[in-house]
Amino acid sequence: MQRNPNHTTICIVEKVIDETPTVRTLVFSDDVMSKVLPGQFAMVWIPGVNELPMSVMISNELGKAAFTVRKHGPASTALFNLKAGQQIGVRGPYGNSFDLKQGKILLVGGGTGLVPMMRLLTFMNPQDDVTVLIGAKTKDEVFFEDLANKLLTKNIHQVIVTTDDGSYGEKGYVTDMVKKLVDVNHYDGVYTCGPEIMMFKTVQYAHSKGLFVQASLERMMKCGVGICGSCCVGEDLVCRDGTVFDGDHLLSNPEFGHFHRNKAGIPEIY
Amino acid sequence: MEPSISTSVGSINLERPVMLASGILGISLDVFRRLHRNGAGAVVTKSLSKEPWEGYPNPTIFGLKNGGWINAVGLSNPGAPYFAKMIEPNNEIPIIVSLVGSIPEDFEFMIKQFENCKITAYELNLSCPHVAKVGLEVGDDPELVKKIVTVVKNTTKIPIIAKVGLGTTHYLDTVGTAIECGIDAITALNTIRAMAINVDTKRPILSNKYGGLSGPPIKPIALRCVYEISSKYDVPIIGCGGISTWEDAVEFFLAGASAVQIGSAIGDNWIGVFDDINSGIKKYMSENGFSTIREMIGVAKKS
Ligand SMILES: Cc1cc2nc3c(=O)[nH]c(=O)nc-3n(C[C@H](O)[C@H](O)[C@H](O)COP(=O)(O)OP(=O)(O)OC[C@H]3O[C@@H](n4cnc5c(N)ncnc54)[C@H](O)[C@@H]3O)c2cc1C
Ligand SMILES: Cc1cc2nc3c(=O)[nH]c(=O)nc-3n(C[C@H](O)[C@H](O)[C@H](O)COP(=O)(O)O)c2cc1C
Ligand code: FES
Repeated sequence: MQRNPNHTTICIVEKVIDETPTVRTLVFSDDVMSKVLPGQFAMVWIPGVNELPMSVMISNELGKAAFTVRKHGPASTALFNLKAGQQIGVRGPYGNSFDLKQGKILLVGGGTGLVPMMRLLTFMNPQDDVTVLIGAKTKDEVFFEDLANKLLTKNIHQVIVTTDDGSYGEKGYVTDMVKKLVDVNHYDGVYTCGPEIMMFKTVQYAHSKGLFVQASLERMMKCGVGICGSCCVGEDLVCRDGTVFDGDHLLSNPEFGHFHRNKAGIPEIY
Repeated sequence: MEPSISTSVGSINLERPVMLASGILGISLDVFRRLHRNGAGAVVTKSLSKEPWEGYPNPTIFGLKNGGWINAVGLSNPGAPYFAKMIEPNNEIPIIVSLVGSIPEDFEFMIKQFENCKITAYELNLSCPHVAKVGLEVGDDPELVKKIVTVVKNTTKIPIIAKVGLGTTHYLDTVGTAIECGIDAITALNTIRAMAINVDTKRPILSNKYGGLSGPPIKPIALRCVYEISSKYDVPIIGCGGISTWEDAVEFFLAGASAVQIGSAIGDNWIGVFDDINSGIKKYMSENGFSTIREMIGVAKKS
């Protein structure tokens, strides 16, 4: 019998990988999660603590998946601190995924927004010419650069890192690089996930050039299935209609790039 | 002639008999607009309190293996004052405002916030089964129900609905008390107090341990309650609990409901569920010779 995605399944953390001082990847075995589409997420239960929405990270081993978590508040910190052998619960996968285009592709990711980008890379065709932009505040916070290169060995590709303080790669905001690239190149598909302002600017620049662009949004989530309403952005529910939306749709949504809601459901400015 | 699916719940007139239940996608006017456009006859807001509430930590909701949901969201909501401002521009969507509080003054305060809004009705949440001092704990106290309904009826001319659940006081007695104090309609039922334990971690799944059961597993119970209420009292009833198909909705009409609300089915079938149920009801009506919803209400009791 197929398992009910809404019912929690317990998995064991098998391996913990340090990505940066504040980011770790937790690997676990689960056939269902190993096969999700780029953009899909799981609700991850940290027993006794909380449950968080997490993009499902790839693993290089068959039948395995992972979560890559940045420690932030109490919930994500508890997940970050889990050790091999400990239990987590997963339900899902939830949400839609990116529409794949072929040809010249641009991916723009920041922080843990790189997680769906890495999975998306595993869906590239060998003929695709792929550029990956990774934005970080500073050198210490750069991760997945090597992984991106490794996933693209069969493709014409480049991986460009920008840091706000110039301590690694190109100096400046990743969105400045987006602007530079879309000004001189045509892309058949632009995909982005990360901080909302980064996505907002990326979508604006790409859209202004008439490019096909999609972004994967994050919002406060409780149910993950379109019941509680906490993840609403305008008329859309991120967990159910998204997380991936087309750029033109997003630009017509008055909340995208401007507001998200807190735990009580009151809009707060980004 | 095409049958008409418009209905009335006492003095509340609805173009379509299927409404959104409280607590489901109920925190934004933009989402209400979408649901209305997609077939909801009215929308009930998330139960609002005087002040914003964050609710319980996650896990707050999950699905049972064989269908149905258990939730303890903890009545997270943006608060009545914020909500009133948000819906003030609305004049096209029939909005029923659900309120939750502990004392009559809470309800009086909240209703005052909505003075400049076009409200179809208020629904008093006397039945949420997982938050202390409100909901079911209020519904279980007949004296408090009496005071709250009386004060609310004196505060506004807008129709008042009481939403009941299964608590320690017999729900039929709570319904009776509300009717004595002039209630305009009854919604039955809220979720039913429940829990689930994960055997691998040996812990309750919900952060609040207890929650409320909703979805298909509670439909036969909710249907029984609607039948009992309509057999005992002459009061308009809105059926709610586990409705996910037109057939479920028709069952509730035949048991005595004038309209229905759906919640969990949105999680199971998404927003198209409203139009699906509406058109299914219409088809059933033409096939069975009903031209109005009214003709169907309570028919099962006559057999
Ligand atoms: C679709 C999606 C995918 C995500 N993927 C990742 C990922 O791969 N890696 C990662 O590190 N983070 C991811 N996040 C963000 C993550 O869920 C947490 O929000 C973030 O880790 C902050 O948690 P915290 O410890 O500060 O939460 P706390 O303040 O401890 O509070 C925990 C609770 O708050 C809620 N919450 C708070 N902020 C958010 C938010 N921005 N979004 C959703 N819920 C929130 C959660 O419901 C959670 O139950 C994702 C979010 C979404 C919506
Ligand atoms: C996540 C969730 C939140 C709910 N919140 C409220 C609420 O705030 N107020 C209320 O009166 N009922 C609330 N309910 C109960 C529903 O309105 C409804 O009575 C119940 O779910 C049964 O209907 P269903 O089986 O169609 O979901 C909630 C239900 C769920 C699943
Ligand atoms: S998280 Fe509950 S509706 Fe999206």
